[in-house]
Amino acid sequence: MTIESAPVLVEARGVHKAYGSNLVVRGIDMTVRTGEVMCLLGPSGSGKSTFLRCINHLEKIDAGTISVAGELVGYRRQGDRLHELRDAEIASRRSDIGMVFQSFNLFPHMTVLENLVEAPIRVRRESPTSARARARELLDAVGLAEKADAYPRSLSGGQQQRVAIARALAMRPKLMLFDEPTSALDPELVGEVLDVMRGLADDGMTMIVVTHEIGFAREVADTVTFMDEGVVVESGPPTQVLRAPQHERTRSFLAKVL
Amino acid sequence: MPGSEAAPSPAAAIRVVPVRHYGQWVATALVLLVAGLIAVSLLTNPRYQWDLVFSYVFNAQILAGLATTMWLTVIAMVLGVVIGVVMALARESSNVVVSTAASAYVAFFRGTPLLVQLIFWFNLAALYPVVSIGIPFGPTLFTESTNVLITPFLAAVLGLGLNEGAYMSEIVRAGLQSVDSGQTDAAHALGMKKSQTFRRIVLPQAMRVIIPPTGNETISMLKTTSLVSVIAIPELLWQAQAIYSRTYQVVPLLITVSLWYLLLTTVLSIGQYYLERHVTRGDSRRTDRTLLGMIARGIVPRHAPVAPAGETSTERTSP
Repeated sequence: MTIESAPVLVEARGVHKAYGSNLVVRGIDMTVRTGEVMCLLGPSGSGKSTFLRCINHLEKIDAGTISVAGELVGYRRQGDRLHELRDAEIASRRSDIGMVFQSFNLFPHMTVLENLVEAPIRVRRESPTSARARARELLDAVGLAEKADAYPRSLSGGQQQRVAIARALAMRPKLMLFDEPTSALDPELVGEVLDVMRGLADDGMTMIVVTHEIGFAREVADTVTFMDEGVVVESGPPTQVLRAPQHERTRSFLAKVL
Repeated sequence: MPGSEAAPSPAAAIRVVPVRHYGQWVATALVLLVAGLIAVSLLTNPRYQWDLVFSYVFNAQILAGLATTMWLTVIAMVLGVVIGVVMALARESSNVVVSTAASAYVAFFRGTPLLVQLIFWFNLAALYPVVSIGIPFGPTLFTESTNVLITPFLAAVLGLGLNEGAYMSEIVRAGLQSVDSGQTDAAHALGMKKSQTFRRIVLPQAMRVIIPPTGNETISMLKTTSLVSVIAIPELLWQAQAIYSRTYQVVPLLITVSLWYLLLTTVLSIGQYYLERHVTRGDSRRTDRTLLGMIARGIVPRHAPVAPAGETSTERTSP
């Protein structure tokens, strides 16, 4: 099955987001299909991280709609109005969307294993025994089985980020969002995190990745989307957007980062 | 050193002589001199009347006062922590009316002397002779004289607790603000509800910042309760005063009382040490303070380090 024929998982239409008078996202349309890996590129301040945070309603949008697996995120539609959902309903919709942050955001007062089982037990009401067993499998998959009882502070940045990916996967998400996952890492640690992400992509996970790693985008992405000043400038397969960009803004950005 | 055996370097023979700190020798001599003078005076000045001091340690009246002091400390601190958490959350509220009211509360109770507040609560009847419960501008369901309702003990609890609440709200707020917003993001992204995020993620991390100054507040409260002797609450100091107003043994009784305060603050400091060690687990920056250091903090608790967030000052003006 090719990506083009897979069912749509994420659909954004006319998404706007402003902080005060500062329009950060100004009308984004985007479609991501099941199993697709989309890399969002763009200069800093182009609104790509903000847009990513809108997808799981960490930021409220001012206009437009975003739906994941056919459900609006954070809102309920009644006629032509969107009503914001209650906290519990938002939380339940978010639990199907995994997110990995630039600054890892592991819970420092919990061990690695406790980080992984917290949400499955509290949100999914899984039994502690099965949650722990699954957490150990996931840690093994990211190569950190022996760190289960360590506290996050004792791990390197690369190890912390791999734990953060495992923590998100513990919720069995339909979609994974990555917000500049390697930007806070020392250069020699970037590879181990990208390897884990590459493995995830190979397993068919749907991923939206905000990144500055052009190499990763070229190699792993099905679609590369270039954003600037809050809008999508161009989008397409990496061969097209990275090798033969149609727009001047894309060309000048790539010239700077490559 | 692996290489040094094979070929002893001439550098190995050179001795390192540290800088001599003559000032420190002088300071040490001075401290020892003063300590010696104090010790001699304590042992030889008969007016200390040590036999009297120790004869009063387990006096029934003193022990009753001690029990009242401990009760007051516990009740006032519990009230203070509850008010503190509520006021901290109110100050962070997006509702301007609520947050302003909380700020006003803190400003008022921190801005006026505790002793004045205590006397004020004691004299509340002068301002409101009766307390009525009813529907505002409607019928009254219950009426009672203020002097009956606000007993001296209740006035003391209200005065100490409401004042403490203002200080605790600043401590709790600094604690909540010390938790990175990425932590809430991560918890929300995992599908945790706001209440779960607060309870499981934010509060445990805030506690590291909240617990140490709260321990200091408790130690401080234990000593501050002596203020309520002015509104005739029979706590430790008041009982001592009651005895020495009959016997004129002022100094021995004040020493007895001081020994009890010192013992209790020491016990609290040790408890604080273990509690802090417990809440900072997993924190590599955790401070390995010595037990003796903690006891010293109990004796001089106002010199304790301020919470890492640092924005909140918890000094209070001495009454």
